[in-house]
Amino acid sequence: MRDITMKHTDAVIIGFGWTGAIMAKELTEAGLKVVALERGPNRDTYPEGAYPSSIDELTHNSRSELFQRLAKTTLSIRYTANDEAVPYRQLAAFLPGTGVGGAGLHWSGCHWRITPEELRLRSRYEERYGKNFIPEDITIQDWGVTYEELEPHFTFAEKVFGTSGQAYKVNGEIVGAGNPFDADRSTPFPLPPMKNTYSATLFGKAAAEVGYHPFDIPSANASQAYTNPYGCQMGPCTFCGFCSGYACYNYSKASPNVNILPALRQVPHFELRAECDVVQILTDSTGKKATGVLYVDAAGNRVTQPADLVILGTFAYNNAYMLLLSKIGTPYDPSTGEGVIGKNFAYQNENSIATFFDDKTYTNPFIGAGGNGVAVDDFNSDHFDHGPLGFVGGAPFWVNQAGTKAIGGGPLPDGTPEWGSGWKKAVKENFTHVVSMNAHGTNMSNRANFLDLDPTYKDYLGRPLLRLTFDWHDNDYKMAAFTVDKMKKIAEAMNPKAMKVSVKKPGQHFDMTHYQTTHMGGGVIMGDNPKTSAVNRYLQSWDVSNLFVVGSSAFPQGLGYNPTGTVAALTYWSAKAIRETYLKNPGPLVQA
Amino acid sequence: MPISPPGSSRRAFLLKTVAMIPAMTLAGTALAGLAQAADGGPSGYAPSFFTADEFAFVTAFVDRLIPADEEGPGAVELDVPNFIDLQMNTTYGHGGLWYMHPPFRQAPATFGNQLGLPPREIYRQGIAAAETAIQAKYGKRFTDMTAGERDTVITAMQKKALAMAPVPASMLFGQFLTNTKEGYFSDPIHGGNRGMAAWKMIGYPGARADFTDWVDRYGAKYPFGPVSITDLGA
Repeated sequence: MRDITMKHTDAVIIGFGWTGAIMAKELTEAGLKVVALERGPNRDTYPEGAYPSSIDELTHNSRSELFQRLAKTTLSIRYTANDEAVPYRQLAAFLPGTGVGGAGLHWSGCHWRITPEELRLRSRYEERYGKNFIPEDITIQDWGVTYEELEPHFTFAEKVFGTSGQAYKVNGEIVGAGNPFDADRSTPFPLPPMKNTYSATLFGKAAAEVGYHPFDIPSANASQAYTNPYGCQMGPCTFCGFCSGYACYNYSKASPNVNILPALRQVPHFELRAECDVVQILTDSTGKKATGVLYVDAAGNRVTQPADLVILGTFAYNNAYMLLLSKIGTPYDPSTGEGVIGKNFAYQNENSIATFFDDKTYTNPFIGAGGNGVAVDDFNSDHFDHGPLGFVGGAPFWVNQAGTKAIGGGPLPDGTPEWGSGWKKAVKENFTHVVSMNAHGTNMSNRANFLDLDPTYKDYLGRPLLRLTFDWHDNDYKMAAFTVDKMKKIAEAMNPKAMKVSVKKPGQHFDMTHYQTTHMGGGVIMGDNPKTSAVNRYLQSWDVSNLFVVGSSAFPQGLGYNPTGTVAALTYWSAKAIRETYLKNPGPLVQA
Repeated sequence: MPISPPGSSRRAFLLKTVAMIPAMTLAGTALAGLAQAADGGPSGYAPSFFTADEFAFVTAFVDRLIPADEEGPGAVELDVPNFIDLQMNTTYGHGGLWYMHPPFRQAPATFGNQLGLPPREIYRQGIAAAETAIQAKYGKRFTDMTAGERDTVITAMQKKALAMAPVPASMLFGQFLTNTKEGYFSDPIHGGNRGMAAWKMIGYPGARADFTDWVDRYGAKYPFGPVSITDLGA
């Protein structure tokens, strides 16, 4: 174990998931010498995704082969700032990634654009419902960037990802049966929509019957063979049902490894170093300028990598973690509402309904793809009148049949025992005759939910763990009850023999033992004011101008949609500002 | 790249284990019959982690979690006890997937297992504690009980109605239930789900992983039986 100082580089990137890969491509195109550091191991379609060994539920889902190994590091969790936190010891509620490609290697592939209204959520609600509508504890903010500014980047990201979907409106013209709530697009999707499963068509038909507006989920699972603008190739999805938790054996699911890394490997001024765990962003004596990063490599050496530009692109909450460890920015204080690092952590508020059909109706839930399905957007974003409802946010509803497997199993009717002959009979009767639907709801940032450093627990390097203070609040219970009630109308119109409704009840606490989603955001939020945000509208740190912090950490509040499409577009938007403005004259892109 | 697929070493290990270790015997317990495989021969499996007594307890327990009945095979005939034993020698069994640093604070059940014991110790200490508690409360050993009596005990453990320490009854129950369903429904490459019988029972096609021609045959039964990773030559 030695102290090593590497040769200077123009830019260093911390984390090599979607944001790191996009930034590496953009900055090397601009001529910069780039070093990317990934804490986890090298990974690729081969060997991690190789068929048939990758089609192994026990290894990948039950034993979390591709996910973050909590034995090395985790975070601690508590419900309120008055509680002692305990570590998240076993993966369950959310499944952070690690390794080359990050969670982008083993995500599902739902590829959305945030709605224009959500980018200015506080202003929108105040204009439409009055200044007093938003509950006092809800700390939502505008993002500081508009849909029109992001549109070209959504478009380009879809081309890079090979996204399949049906547009509704292109350049003001209605072009097809897409999502009628969608904002205007400059181009159609690069690939036509995927085929739908039987389950999704049953849901879509019923949704239309009750007056909602079903459409195909935009999916970064390729409906056809495709070559993206970087020359990277994808094969058509086979609906194998092994997306989330798996590297796609078929090159059908977009990932940094399939859609960007093959192009980067041809770039001589790019270097990717795996198993390099960054422990600190280094700053000069003023604290206003980053000088590089310090990391620990696989051999335990402490390595300094000097750089002119630092890109922080780790998983969601880890961006706040790295800034807290590096003492960059003012930590958030929930008692005063002041400070910004760790502020506005937000999750997602998942609720579901399962519908059960007779033994002649085969829905075959093992057939599926992660990004595939039919959705309705009638109760997402601000697509409905919140005035009489008293809550902020909403939920898209969907049947996103990603491939049910045997151990995870499908839902079982209410009253089914957990074991014994009764349990077995229920599994046998229902496994191939069930349709599951989700209300994939928003979680609004709340002044009580935040990130800081744990005073007790340490990771494998002796660093304090990140501490998450989080629980559900009134807004979450109200949103859940309202949206599930609306989704239930679809379930009823499907005329099942039975249904099981799972909805958060008032007072129900956050449960770490059951999977919900891995869609987390906030902690290093973007905005137009350094007092209320950590990064400016270009994702540049207000405190350290040669540091850009990219990822869902920038979201001021949660989305109903999955975050990756918006994360990718924001990263291209930030890269454009770096390439076209920052590099010509390094310094703050927005004056504080 | 000289990296073998994750399944191959496990398969090699399993085959080696089955081939080289002489059969153990459960003679003298009420469960001698349960140690017979579905094909009528001895299972030929000697546990590598569990003691003979512990393995008898495991067998008697999983036999009730997923019993053999008219609906389909039971956990024992699908080699679930063997699966659980093999898992105890993996990183998972040793607790190597979990964050295991102290302090171990008490927390509500919604915070997950905060006890600090790896699966091996949950079983080892849990089975010992259960044997003592069961003997005290019911006056006989678990492995000497009838199926109905064992169901009563398991239900008490599930409902936290059997006082045990240091492993609470509900934790041992939960560990059993999780691993039993895993062994019943995982690819046979891991040592359970013998003959893919659990997959056949529910209509799960295993590692076929290509439904291009089936995704839009709406409402129809998928006609093909399952395949396992082993079948595919991994």
